[in-house]
Amino acid sequence: MTAAACINGAAGSYETWPYKENTAPQRKESEHDMNIIQTDALTKFYGASRGISNINLAVPEGDFFGFIGPNGAGKSTTIRTLLGLIAPTGGSAEIFGKEIKKQRNEILADIGYMPSEATFYRNMKVREVIQYSAALRGKRCDGEAEELCKRLELDTEKKIGALSLGNRKKVSIVCALQHKPKLCIFDEPTSGLDPLMQREFYAVLEERNAQGTTIFLSSHVLSEVQRYCKHAAVIRQGELLVSDSIANLGQAHAKRVSLRGVDAPPALDGIKDIKVCGDTVNFLYSGKPEVLLQALATLPLADVNIAEPDLEEIFLHYYQAD
Amino acid sequence: MVILKQEMKQGRLTLLLWTAIIAFMLGVCILIYPEMESQMNEISSMFADMGSFSAAFGMDKINFGEFGGYFCTECGNVLGLGGAFFAALLGILALAKEEKEQTAEFLLTHPLKRTTVVAQKLASVLLQILILNAAVVGVSVLSALLIGEKMEFQTFGLLFLAYFILQVETAAICFGISAFINKSGLGIGLGLAALFYFLNIVANLTKEAAFLKYFTPYGYADGADILANGSLEIKYLAVGLLLTVIGITAAFVRYQNKDIA
Repeated sequence: MTAAACINGAAGSYETWPYKENTAPQRKESEHDMNIIQTDALTKFYGASRGISNINLAVPEGDFFGFIGPNGAGKSTTIRTLLGLIAPTGGSAEIFGKEIKKQRNEILADIGYMPSEATFYRNMKVREVIQYSAALRGKRCDGEAEELCKRLELDTEKKIGALSLGNRKKVSIVCALQHKPKLCIFDEPTSGLDPLMQREFYAVLEERNAQGTTIFLSSHVLSEVQRYCKHAAVIRQGELLVSDSIANLGQAHAKRVSLRGVDAPPALDGIKDIKVCGDTVNFLYSGKPEVLLQALATLPLADVNIAEPDLEEIFLHYYQAD
Repeated sequence: MVILKQEMKQGRLTLLLWTAIIAFMLGVCILIYPEMESQMNEISSMFADMGSFSAAFGMDKINFGEFGGYFCTECGNVLGLGGAFFAALLGILALAKEEKEQTAEFLLTHPLKRTTVVAQKLASVLLQILILNAAVVGVSVLSALLIGEKMEFQTFGLLFLAYFILQVETAAICFGISAFINKSGLGIGLGLAALFYFLNIVANLTKEAAFLKYFTPYGYADGADILANGSLEIKYLAVGLLLTVIGITAAFVRYQNKDIA
């Protein structure tokens, strides 16, 4: 059985953990206004191949939101759909309560976006690109741009073609922040930045966040998400697996239990996130330990493993295709 | 206007080079006419007697001994072909280069309507063609003055107008294609311009192939025909204008809903 088939095979009884907010954060109509980003079964297929499928994402205003997933999970596809670069094939999405397709320009006016590939016009100077970006917004942001360049130690007289990836990323950061947007969307922002610059970058973001700017960033670096984000969502194979606060995600109420030699978990309360693959059953257990152990003693097990799910483990669990 | 300005700035070196080269070649072509003139009367009859070869280049219809005849066959090709290549290059790169260079993601995440982007890029293409032609006309008129030849507005004006429309049509068709591709497409553009040119040569060869003139802008921008008739062939021009409109419309429609790579 392939990995994908394992997941799909268990999908019928598939419940994500933590259990309160699973793949579809069901929010009431009245709460919609509070969410900066709200997607409803957002789907993008490229012909027959999957981009993202039924993404229900809710990012509250003022949040610092991490969007986590392995390469090819659909992070960029989700972001690019939200920004109107690609059109969804199903579902809908709103940013600032505005429909992403019909009110794209109004939305983009208040967004600062940093793409994962920081590519610009090679023969332009850094200063020219930054000014061009501001001009495309019909704004002048010289003061803010200058300060950002200073903080990020960016030489504005250099040509784009002569810059390293890290320095191009800095240009991207300045373009995304100079007009003081209400929402920042960053796609893998820190790759290519040295650790000191990463710290400065997050310092800027935290300041902006404190001033009320909502930050939405995709990453596969767990430590930075855990450190800076308030909420996070995990995406894998185009599907949103979980969306919750970092605190909840990191709660160690549950144990990860892996059993070999059976094809179903014991019938106990507090079992979540069941996955069956061949003769191995994997689930999260949040009930009493002795109850679990008694139940396990009656099963013909070839192997058993009970472990603490730290944040990394939880994310890795969502990452790995078993 | 921000994108238009940017496009003009980005394209200025290319524009300068193409304009300089075409204007220079055209200028030289005109300046050597007095030397050629004495030999031309003999050459003219020889050229006119080379059967289908003469027909292919329209040399059976015109008199080389006259400046007009010399200009539209010898010099006209420089602008006719060179201008078309330049126009094709501009058109085919206009939209597609943003995706090829991966700058589309930067550009299109600014609060701009896609139609604004297309319109300003189209404007920059047309403006660059206009600048090239203005410079080329200027250099041609000056060169003609230097050798004491007059360029009658009636024929030469028509000739330059025809080449201008030819370039606009080529650019518009390529611009339309540009909206569908996300690679450079340079081969498509230059290939198309060359194809147009050869279609006209084939069309000139035999009566059976004359219908091909409908499918190439060289059909109405044939210097020999213009000189002989004193007008542009309206039926070919009409098809050309139609293709121009189709190319531009296709670009607007397609880019509006395009998934950006």
